[in-house]
Amino acid sequence: MTLVAPAPVQVVDRRSARAFVDTHVVPYADEYDRIGRVPEDLLRHVATAGLWAPFLPLESGGAGMDLVTLGEVHEEVGRGCSSLRSLLTVHTMVAWTVQRWGTPEQHARWAPELAAGRTLGAFCLSEPGAGSDTSGISTTAVEGGGGWVINGVKKWTTGGQRADLFLVFARTAASIGAFLVPRNAPGVRVTPIEDMLGTRASMLAEISFDDVVLGPDALLGPSSGFTAGMVLTGTLDLGRYSVAAGSVGIIQACLEASASYAAYRQVGGRPLSELPLIQAKLSDMVTDARAARLLLAEAGRLKDAGDAGTIMATWIAKYFASTAAVRHAAEAVQIHGANGCSPDYPVARLYRDAKVMEIIEGSNEIQRITIAGQAEREMTR
Amino acid sequence: MSHPTAQEQILDFVRGRYPQAEIDAAQDIFALGFVNSLFAMELVMYVEKTFDVTIPNEELQIDNFRSATAMAGLVARLSPTVAAA
Repeated sequence: MTLVAPAPVQVVDRRSARAFVDTHVVPYADEYDRIGRVPEDLLRHVATAGLWAPFLPLESGGAGMDLVTLGEVHEEVGRGCSSLRSLLTVHTMVAWTVQRWGTPEQHARWAPELAAGRTLGAFCLSEPGAGSDTSGISTTAVEGGGGWVINGVKKWTTGGQRADLFLVFARTAASIGAFLVPRNAPGVRVTPIEDMLGTRASMLAEISFDDVVLGPDALLGPSSGFTAGMVLTGTLDLGRYSVAAGSVGIIQACLEASASYAAYRQVGGRPLSELPLIQAKLSDMVTDARAARLLLAEAGRLKDAGDAGTIMATWIAKYFASTAAVRHAAEAVQIHGANGCSPDYPVARLYRDAKVMEIIEGSNEIQRITIAGQAEREMTR
Repeated sequence: MSHPTAQEQILDFVRGRYPQAEIDAAQDIFALGFVNSLFAMELVMYVEKTFDVTIPNEELQIDNFRSATAMAGLVARLSPTVAAA
């Protein structure tokens, strides 16, 4: 079976992203899910479309895309395939971090490669014994000999099977540092993780670092303890924004699949869409898709404005969109009945993928704690 | 009516995030235990947006963010016109 369509045109906005996804992603996403990978041809098409890091400036090979539009583009990709969107998410995190914190030399070395998709990035934070909790990080980066030596194991690295460049968070003598580690550095070992519940084509891996020797330019951002957490916070914020966008895409995909199915599926000689209980489910999907999209757009607008409020706005958008995605994916399966449990319709994949959104880039429990803390501050001000 | 100074604006931002604490301009907010990485990021974004400055990596040192006074001093170095206002 052919897994991709012919070469695409440049994606510059939601409309062109939608056309790209409808042509190159939607028809094949279930197959990617089954084989557990996104094929190289599609990765090349993503590059041709300029989708890997369009927010990078023109001089770095990007398109200078604003973050509101980036959110719309990631929503469209998420509507088609959460695994591909996940690859975009982690690549975005690496490219943004290089752009925000890199030295001119690091920009020159990596930004054009990342913009063009010649180098694919992945984000290494979680470990076998620690998720997003940085206090539990046991991977170490020891300074010496004019450079760094990395030791440790990272787990659940999205895109890890395919990525060329890892952004690794490791414990230094003073704090947590962010390091750029090429996949081909001696001592790096990649072990695929298969058969996950959702985003099965996102090519997860466990990455081991065994006495990986790096130059001084591997460290990204200032070496002060003050900024170390900031690098991670900013990186996760953008990842969360992309996951929120992808979650909106899942809701939209649930709506489109369910509305289409309900329009032609007959029960008692009438289409499902005439049944009030089905109408209720569809109306809730429409409402939540719009609400989640607005929350995402607000977070994006604040990012484009450089407003500190974007961090909390992104938490809220991700929390709302991911929980709504889980809810509506379950209802989409329900509307499809037994068909919804089969591989013949996309909703089973959407259902599995949606659950992942509640866990990655900060679990929803952590998000609720953070959001509640903000509410308390606002109420007591 | 006079415009608030950079120090007053920064202090207002910090107090807004921690309304239950009594914080003055000279107080070390790190020593008070208020600052986590999220708030540190918000502080940097707030200063950059409010005073239209870009904080270079070498200025991203904890001593520049310990207090409203220190942050106002940073703003003054990066944007002398703000300091003069």
